[in-house]
Amino acid sequence: MLRYIGKRIFHLIPVLLGMTFIVFLIIRAIPGDPAQVILGQQATEEATKALREKLGLDQPWYIQYFDYLKGLLTGDLGESLRTRQPISAEVWPYLAATIELAVFAMIIAVIIGMNAGIISAWFQNSWFDYIAMVIALIGVSMPIFWLGLMEQWAFSLELKWLPTSGREEVRDPVQAITHFNLIDTLINGRIDQFWLTIKHLILPGMALATIPMAIIARMTRSSMLEVLRSDYIRTARAKGQRMGKVVYKHALKNALIPIITIIGLQTGLLLGGAILTETIFSWPGIGRYIYEAIGYRDYTVIQSGILIVAFMFVMINLIVDILYSAIDSRIKYN
Amino acid sequence: MKKSKLWSFGLIMLLALSVLLAACSAEEGTTEEPAETSEETNDGTTTEETEEAVPQILVFGRGGDSVSLDPAIVTDGESFKVTENIFETLLNFGEQDTTINPGLAHDWEVSEDGLEYTFHLQEGVKFHDGTDFNAEAVVKNVERWKGGAEEQFYYFNSMFKAEGKDIIASVEATDDLTVVFTLSRPQAPFLKNIAMSPFAIASPTAFEAAGESFGDNPVGTGPFTFVEWKRNDSITVAKNEEYWQEGLPKLDTIIFRAIPDNSARLNALMTGEIDLADGVNPSDAQTVESNADLQLIERPSMNIGYLGLTNTRPPFDNKLVRQAVNYAIDKQAIVDAFFQGRAEVAVNPMPSSISGYNEEIAGYEYNPEKAKELLAEAGYDGGEIELWAMPVPRPYMPDGQKVAEAIQKNLSDVGIPSKIVQFEWATYLEKAKNGEADAFLLGWTGDNGDADNFIYTLLDKDTIGSNNYAHYSNDEVHELLIAAQSETDEEVRSDLYKQAQEIIHEDAPWVPLAHSIPLLAGKKGVTGYLPHPTGSESLVNVSIE
Repeated sequence: MLRYIGKRIFHLIPVLLGMTFIVFLIIRAIPGDPAQVILGQQATEEATKALREKLGLDQPWYIQYFDYLKGLLTGDLGESLRTRQPISAEVWPYLAATIELAVFAMIIAVIIGMNAGIISAWFQNSWFDYIAMVIALIGVSMPIFWLGLMEQWAFSLELKWLPTSGREEVRDPVQAITHFNLIDTLINGRIDQFWLTIKHLILPGMALATIPMAIIARMTRSSMLEVLRSDYIRTARAKGQRMGKVVYKHALKNALIPIITIIGLQTGLLLGGAILTETIFSWPGIGRYIYEAIGYRDYTVIQSGILIVAFMFVMINLIVDILYSAIDSRIKYN
Repeated sequence: MKKSKLWSFGLIMLLALSVLLAACSAEEGTTEEPAETSEETNDGTTTEETEEAVPQILVFGRGGDSVSLDPAIVTDGESFKVTENIFETLLNFGEQDTTINPGLAHDWEVSEDGLEYTFHLQEGVKFHDGTDFNAEAVVKNVERWKGGAEEQFYYFNSMFKAEGKDIIASVEATDDLTVVFTLSRPQAPFLKNIAMSPFAIASPTAFEAAGESFGDNPVGTGPFTFVEWKRNDSITVAKNEEYWQEGLPKLDTIIFRAIPDNSARLNALMTGEIDLADGVNPSDAQTVESNADLQLIERPSMNIGYLGLTNTRPPFDNKLVRQAVNYAIDKQAIVDAFFQGRAEVAVNPMPSSISGYNEEIAGYEYNPEKAKELLAEAGYDGGEIELWAMPVPRPYMPDGQKVAEAIQKNLSDVGIPSKIVQFEWATYLEKAKNGEADAFLLGWTGDNGDADNFIYTLLDKDTIGSNNYAHYSNDEVHELLIAAQSETDEEVRSDLYKQAQEIIHEDAPWVPLAHSIPLLAGKKGVTGYLPHPTGSESLVNVSIE
């Protein structure tokens, strides 16, 4: 097992290298002189030249690339052109906001999606099956923008249960330590704020969970249907075992591989920052960080932001791969 | 082994999380203590007062985050909205107009030749860091603006530089509370320029120490002191207990919250998460008015929304075609439909409230027949044009896409086929600036209420490549505008602008569309809020009842 993990990590090296190279190319692919683009048209010749030297643009490209790699290895993601702050320091609050929301959304999506899929498969062609799968179909095709505003209208304006936007009650903020609000409120001993934080998470979490939930439900259903037809399940049922035991003890494990794959991919997508959800619920996450950087032509932030998101995606895929062999011992890689 | 499968999944997740947490808490551990003590002192003062009355905490919801809180280097309204409360200028604008009023200077004199301005400064004012505000501080600020790179201090260079030379030749502290500005040539709107938000006086001790990061720790003399900035989320400022004006400010805390979507922002207002909402859609005005807990607030109009016609690109390099487009577009219908009537149809490139506005010019009326005649006369070939629509709502144009669709219909009625084109906002501005658009929607909100800030800034040949997006160039207009800049006789100056407007009207570089009334909404209890036409204002008189 450990050898396998080691091997997988070793295999990541070319992937990560390729990734950095592509991201490196992005800033060089801008038509014209990046220094000129960054400074704008009125910039003087000296200012442009100075910036070009500062960015190392006067060097040949391979030296630039190695300098860039060297920076990355020492944790140097560059400096935001807009705020003049090191990106490695600036990015954490955004990343924490996104991770908190994505994990919350994925928990909702996995619990509801998987169970809906299992029940649908068990009672195939029942009314539950039909309704669940119609809802799942609607869920996949739902425009998030509309769904978010409808949620706000229903749960905030009409029912007054939940706040419309943001991460916390701004009038009474909790001191940020880890930037995960759920954890910060507990560290500060503010149980009241902890519940408020959960309340703030529910609407964006639901909006964000809708699509993964629907996809997971559909995948679980079809994967379970296949497993439920196999001989060993028929035997288990013939022995008179309860549904719960058959499904959760025998069937689920073998149905899990494609489900885990989908969960991994969807988590990666959510961590990439859900710009629409973050915009409607004014959630200060990584998606909006990169989006705003595009608006301000903050190339270093765009570059590093993409790299961070891509890195997380790769890491999640690694975890999924490791989980494969942990779940199904038939899967062995040499 | 088998039972542990699901557990191992959970375990790995837990492990990953705890590693992350360990890394973060170790990092923050060192800074924790001082931060906590400072918070205690804040808490102590606020809780006492809040017990007796409505908490004086105002949450201001707006469309975007600030770029920086150093007023000297920024150009965007969202930054000035905050800096107006932390910093003060030598002179202030009127509460809801651009007349000149005392600020940090209580009196001022202008020499006969218009070259020397003497300011007498307010006594006993201190910056938030304890530094004394005096003539020396003003001199250091001006020297900072003059010494900086051109692209760093954009506003200083655009207002106080002409043909590459500084208009402010020197600044001198003649005594502790008197400062004299000597100009290299007369500048008629000098006092109005000095009153603009970018020329707020910052603490020299603070900006000398902070260097480029001054914008993260702004220190001024204003009614509120900077507390915290959560990027893309909120900026918090707190009451300046030592403020030099007795009894002000009335609020204890202001939190500026960025809520990008206009509808979501209004929702947040209706649930009470925010107290004031900037940027209300005209179509939502009715919802606000019919809600007993809310009030609709109008910002006095000082803007123009227009359809620019790139004067260097065919077919709009032909004056007759440009005039034809002016006749072809039904501006009144656009104002009624997309501004819900909360706008005035534009005739000239600036609003009528600005001194120098030419009232004798009658706008191009809606006349498709006349437009067709002009097009025939111009020999227009019927080629399709690109019609650019802005992708974001702006105060001067709430819905660019819909306005573009109406214009598209108007144009096709007179035989000009067009295609609507959209780009992401920064790209849109960049491409339009380069003259890549045929016809484009755009607008402008005035900075200081002076005609120069509209006509010269938007339509002089000097400003091609910055704000003259239409690439309009007319030497006669240029001479009038340059003469007006240094003309100190108000009547002669007005006359020069009136002449310029006549020529511009004839040349028709744009289709002026509307002067809109930007809308805001607030909770009923919010009192004393007077939005300023420039788009940013101090909240020193605001309170919550």
